[in-house]
Formats: sequence, structure tokens, C-alpha cells
Amino acid sequence: MIRVDRHRIAWFLQTYAVLVIGVALFVLLSLLSDSFLTFRNLLNILNQNAPLAIMASAMTLVIIGGGFDLSVGATFAVAGVTAAWVALHVDPYVGLLIAPLVGAALGLINGVVITRLNVHSFLATIATSLVFKGVAIVISDGRLIPVRLDDFTWLGRDKFLGVFIAVYVFVAFALVLTFVLNRTTLGRKIFSVGGNEEAAILSGIRTDRIKIATFVIAGLAAGLAAAISVSRISMGQASAGTGLELQAIAAVILGGTSIYGGVGAVWRSVAGVLLLALINNGFNILNADPFYRDLTTGLVILGAVGISAAGRRR
Amino acid sequence: MADASEADPAPPCVSVRGVGKSFGGVSVLRGIDLEIGQGEIHGLVGENGAGKSTLGKIIGGYHAASEGELRVFGEPVSNWTPNEALGRGIAIMHQELQVVPELTVAQNIFLGMEEHRWGVLAGSELERMPPIVAATGFDLDPSEKVSGLSIADRQKIEIMRALAREAKVIVMDEPTSSLSADETRRLHATMRRIREAGGTVVYVSHFLDNILEVCDRITVLRDGELVRTSDGPAETKESLVSAMLGGGRSETHFPERAIPPDRGTVLEVSGLSSPNGTTDATFKIGRGEIVGLIGLVGSGRSEIARAVIGADPASGGDVLLNGVSYPNRSLAASTRMGLVMAPEDRRRQGLVMTMPVRANMTLPHLRSFAAALGRVRFRKEARKARDLIGHFQIKPPDPDGNVFNFSGGNQQKVLLAKWLLRDPDVVILDEPSRGVDVGARQRIHEAIAEIASKGAGVLLISSEIDEVLGLAHRAYLVSGGRIEGEIDPVGKSQGEVLRILFGLQAGSGRSAASESLQ
Repeated sequence: MIRVDRHRIAWFLQTYAVLVIGVALFVLLSLLSDSFLTFRNLLNILNQNAPLAIMASAMTLVIIGGGFDLSVGATFAVAGVTAAWVALHVDPYVGLLIAPLVGAALGLINGVVITRLNVHSFLATIATSLVFKGVAIVISDGRLIPVRLDDFTWLGRDKFLGVFIAVYVFVAFALVLTFVLNRTTLGRKIFSVGGNEEAAILSGIRTDRIKIATFVIAGLAAGLAAAISVSRISMGQASAGTGLELQAIAAVILGGTSIYGGVGAVWRSVAGVLLLALINNGFNILNADPFYRDLTTGLVILGAVGISAAGRRR
Repeated sequence: MADASEADPAPPCVSVRGVGKSFGGVSVLRGIDLEIGQGEIHGLVGENGAGKSTLGKIIGGYHAASEGELRVFGEPVSNWTPNEALGRGIAIMHQELQVVPELTVAQNIFLGMEEHRWGVLAGSELERMPPIVAATGFDLDPSEKVSGLSIADRQKIEIMRALAREAKVIVMDEPTSSLSADETRRLHATMRRIREAGGTVVYVSHFLDNILEVCDRITVLRDGELVRTSDGPAETKESLVSAMLGGGRSETHFPERAIPPDRGTVLEVSGLSSPNGTTDATFKIGRGEIVGLIGLVGSGRSEIARAVIGADPASGGDVLLNGVSYPNRSLAASTRMGLVMAPEDRRRQGLVMTMPVRANMTLPHLRSFAAALGRVRFRKEARKARDLIGHFQIKPPDPDGNVFNFSGGNQQKVLLAKWLLRDPDVVILDEPSRGVDVGARQRIHEAIAEIASKGAGVLLISSEIDEVLGLAHRAYLVSGGRIEGEIDPVGKSQGEVLRILFGLQAGSGRSAASESLQ
């Protein structure tokens, strides 16, 4: 106990715990079932989880910046019904395009509320999520909005070179956010705001703007995810997206991003999403009793979070 | 190792054998052998980065050693945590205080050891206070909320908490850094009282006078290694300093004061007032001039600086930088204009501990390291960071190292480098050498003289009056947020200045004045 360098281990576990568990699960599933390690199945996993992965990638930036966004599920709903309504009444392409814009606008509202009223983002986004949900119901008039137009459903259903378009979108989005976070001045500022807000302020950084930016990105991601989802099921509904915010946060935390801010990476959140997806997929292809699915998922999250927390104790 | 308990009637409280520690691959302690006897006050001294704090924290259970063995009252320990340490009678008092601001003084002292019946609180903490107050001589209102208390008072709470837990060994990590001279005296009296009652104190400090005043034995560390342990009375300040430095450098050697070339005024502050307490502040700084603000703790020195740079809003008056007034003075605007401030609290205000050295250095200047798409120009940044690391002799010289793992002195150098990166016109330095060892202090003083000789104006704020007297060309005296006069620091003694300051403070009683005597 006394001989190991806990700092190193802490760092390693926080960085790679999700990868280690993910790879272990991957190998396990490959051994247990013939239908797991097939191009079709793996592609399906990626495709099904593209919307969540997009949201989790953006949530990473919010959390690194010291915030929390519990409203992305509701933002997803508003953007989704708006996209469907516009597709039906105006133009399908405009519908798809407007979803991320609506999401970004709602994110902007979140950011402004949080920074102007100076309330913790946790509280503010609980409140705005209720408002957003209400808006989604108003827009859809409480009804389902079916959009059976090929010009609308291509985003969620079509393939390009054998791979779903949604998968390209998610990979591109995650790469862009990785670039923003690690290579740009905005990313630097996000890390500094989450790491030590006062030092950031004293360094002349307008921290409010940085926080707003992270919420706008989270909203935009929720809108983009909604566009893919609604296009895929060709249906807008106000109840969509419920619980997605918690799944996204769970994936980010699973990836070892610190809830205290200042530390984290996009790729690990994506790995978190995929780890959760593998558990789900495992239950499906092994025909396991789905009653145990939530239980297992919860235990895996606890395990991963516990490992990185154990490393942090010095 | 085997004959620990039987041969000796009183085994050492703490025995450290071959202990080493590294953080993220950086070795900070190597092969430490040390025994701390029962009923002694044991001083740990060394430059910042020498490992004295780390050793204290290993004894207190806050860090686990990377190698070697720790024995407490003859028993080897494993799974060493603060809780485990407390269970064996070792309490640690941190530099960063661990109190719950929303609870009262008494609730904090008895935190975790409340009297209860089946989990329901029973009895009152207030009744348990008197013996602890008697033991320490600390005079705090037990029902006051901690959130309203000063750092010095919070520290007292930590000491009282350790005593309430009947700790036999108390590790104090830089306990006097925010205490007044009077409070330090009382802390020393408390230490002696603990010793008389058979208790042991491990006293980590870089205030050699304090260490020499109370310690029975003193251990000197240098660069992570133990230099020697000797009896307190046998040591002098000179002997400790030379042991710490490994050479014969003297502690208070200030760089030569260059005569500022008369190239005009760079900063002119006139009638500046602010809701932060600054009232009608008027002063100027010339190019190449180091100007000090001397005042007692709480006199409003830092507040004046914050109003000047725009960190706090102004309610009146003006600031001219290079003869130009810029309305809507904000930190960001001032930084762009070439007026920068290195704040006093490097952990809270200065550095982002989760980021590497290079990112900390360039944080205020990202604009000049940006390429298309807002990309950070990493190579340019690394080059600049390496330059600054070399210039300030920052150790370890790794631009990608996490500042969290650096010693206090090196963190302070990173902080200065951060603000001097773009050769500003005026630099405000608030406590530039607080909590810093002799070697780093020296380097920082040289750096301050260099900044001025390159033509920048320096506003130097320090609670160590010696520092201002040794470096500044001129100094203003501050009291109650006002500038009350100007002195020529050359040849003045700390005593003379203190007497003047006491005069300014007359009426407000308390010994706050002597705080700067540290």
C-alpha cells in the first residue's frame, strides 16, 4: 500500500477506467455470443447511440466548465417537435436545420439565466427544463407529429458507404468538440473557468461568456441529436428525450470527467456512452432477463466512479 | 526495528524510516529517517520545495509515503489516512483550513464527536468549551458562525479541535502565516502547554524566528533530503539558513536598488474611491520605479490595488496609464493596456491548479497565442513557457507539468511569470513572496528589480515591511483605505515604520499592527 505512487494510479484510473471496463466487456461479449462481434451489430450500436453520444460530448464541456445541464432532455423535446412541425408545414430540410438552432437558442437562455441571475446551473436547468417541456407540449399541441417524408428521414435512416449518416455526424461532432476543447483558446478558457473561476476572472477572462458558450453548445448538441432521432422514427413527440440528460451526465461521469470541473475529455464521455450501450446490447443478444438491465447498468456506473474516486483519495 | 517497545521505556511518538514520496513521478522526499520523541516540539524547516510540508503531511496521515516505514508509538502503520492517524492520536492542522463555515465555533470544534443519544443531539457544545478555552487561551465566541471569522480565528478552531480530540501529536503546517505577532506568541504558549501535558507538536514553518523560539529539536530538510536534526538551542538563524541553502547565503539580501531614470510618470491615480473601501487615493508611479504600499493587515492595501486595476468598481477619481484614461476600466481592459496584477492568493486567485504550467502562464494573453479558428499556437506557447521557466529558475523545468505538483515557491514563480509574460507597463505585485522559501524569495526580489530596470512601474504590496523597505524607491503608507503619507524607504527600519503605522491606527486598539512583524 505504502509503496505505490497513488498519484499516478489516480491519474491512470481516472483517465482509462472507462476504457479498461469497456474493453473487458467487449471481449466478454465477443466470447459469449457469436452475434456480438459482427459489423452489423457494432454499427447498430454506434447508430443507435449517436444522439446520446452527441449530447454527452457537449455535456463534457459544460461539466468541465464547472456547470451541469439538466435541461438537455427537454431541449431535445422542443427541438424535436419544432423540427417535425416545420418539416410538415414548411420544408423538411428547414425542419432538420432548425432543430440545432432551436437547441442553441434554448442553451443561450440557460446560459443567460445562470450568469445573470447568478444561480447554480443545477437549479437553473431544472427550472428551465420544466419550462422547455411545457413549450414542447404547446408546440405539438400534446399530439404526435408524424413526418413520413424521405426528405426528412434520410438523416436518421440512410447510409453512406455502408455506414449510417448519423454515425458520421456523431463522429464529426465529437472530433470538432475535441478540437475546440484541446486546441483552441475557447477550450483553454473552459478548463480555466471550471478549474478556478476566480483566477480566470483575474486573468481577464469574461467567464460568464465562456459559461454561456458551453450551454449554447450543449443546447445545439441536444437539437442536433433531436433532429437525428425524430428523423429516424419520423415522428415528433413532446415526451421524447425524457431522461436523456441523466444518461448523458452518467456517460460523462463514467468517462472520469470531474464533476468539480476543470478536468475531462470528450473521447472518454463517448467511451462512457459506448460502455452503457454495450451493457444494453449484451442483454439483448444474450437474451438475458431485462429486469436486471438497470440494476447492472447502475452497478457498472458505481464501479467505474468508485474506481476513479478511489484513485483520487490520497 | 524489532526492539522498539521493550528496550525503550518511551518509544518515540513517531518514527520515520527510509521514507520517500513522489507526486506524479516527481520525487519530493527521499530516504528520510527521523524520530520525534514524546513531549517535544519538533520543528521542520527548509526552503519551499524542500519537502517539509510533505513530511508533515505524511506524519499526519494526509499523504501516504511512496516508500519506507512509519511507526507511531512503536507500532508500524499501514493504510495511513487522516482518520487512522487521528485514531492513533495524531492530528494535522492544514495550511488550508478545514472548517465548516455554516456551523458555529463550538460545533466546528466538536464536529464528529457531538454528544448524542441514539443519534439525536444531546447536551450542548457550549458546556464542553471551557476546558479547551482554558488549555489554549484562545478567546472566541463559541456560538459565532465560522463564516464571519478571519483566517487567524479559523486556525484557532483547528487547534482547539485537535485538543478536543485529545490528540497526542499535533502536526501544524505553517500555522502562523496569517497570525499576528501577538497571536503567534499565544500559539507558542499553547504549544508549550501541550508539551507540558506530555503532548508533542510537529511545527512546520518557514519563519525561522518562530521555530527557534519554541522548538526543542529542529530538523532541516533540503531538496527532499534530511540535512540534520539537532537540539533547538544549539541552532541560530544563520546556522539554519546555511543548512537549508547548503551554502552561506544570508537571508535578507536585497538586490541593488537601481536609480530610476527620470522618464516620466507611467501610472497616475487621482482621487480614486471605490465601494471596496478605497477613499480618495492619489499617487503616481514613474517608469522604472518600484513604489511600495505599506499598511497593516486590513488597511485596504489590496483594495486600492483592486480599484486601480478595475477588479472592483470605482465610484470616483481617475487612473491614467501612460497619460491616458480609459473609461470602463476592467481587468480585461487593464491587462490589454499593459497594467497587470499578480494577486496575493496564488491558490485561490492566481493559478488554475488543474492546468499545466504553460497554460497557466498564457491564460491572460491567449489572444497573442491564437491562430485561425481560435487555435492555440502550441509551439510558440511552449517556447515562451520554456523561456520563462529558465528565467525564473522554475523547478521542475517542465512546461507541461501540473502546477498542482509544484512547491509553493515555484508556483509563485509561475504566477509572476504569467503576469510578466508580455512586459507590462505597470505591474501590481500583491504579496509576491508570501509563503515562499529563502531561495525563491531571493529570485523573486531579483525579478522585481529587473522588471523595474527594464522600465516598468511596479506597485509592491507586502505585509513584510522589510521587503518593501529593501526594494522600493518610494513608499506610501495606507490606513483605512486612504493613503496617509509618503516615506523614503532607504535607510528606514521596520520599527520606525511600524511606529508611524501604529500612530495612524491609534484608537482602533488591537495588535493587528504587529501582524507585519512576521
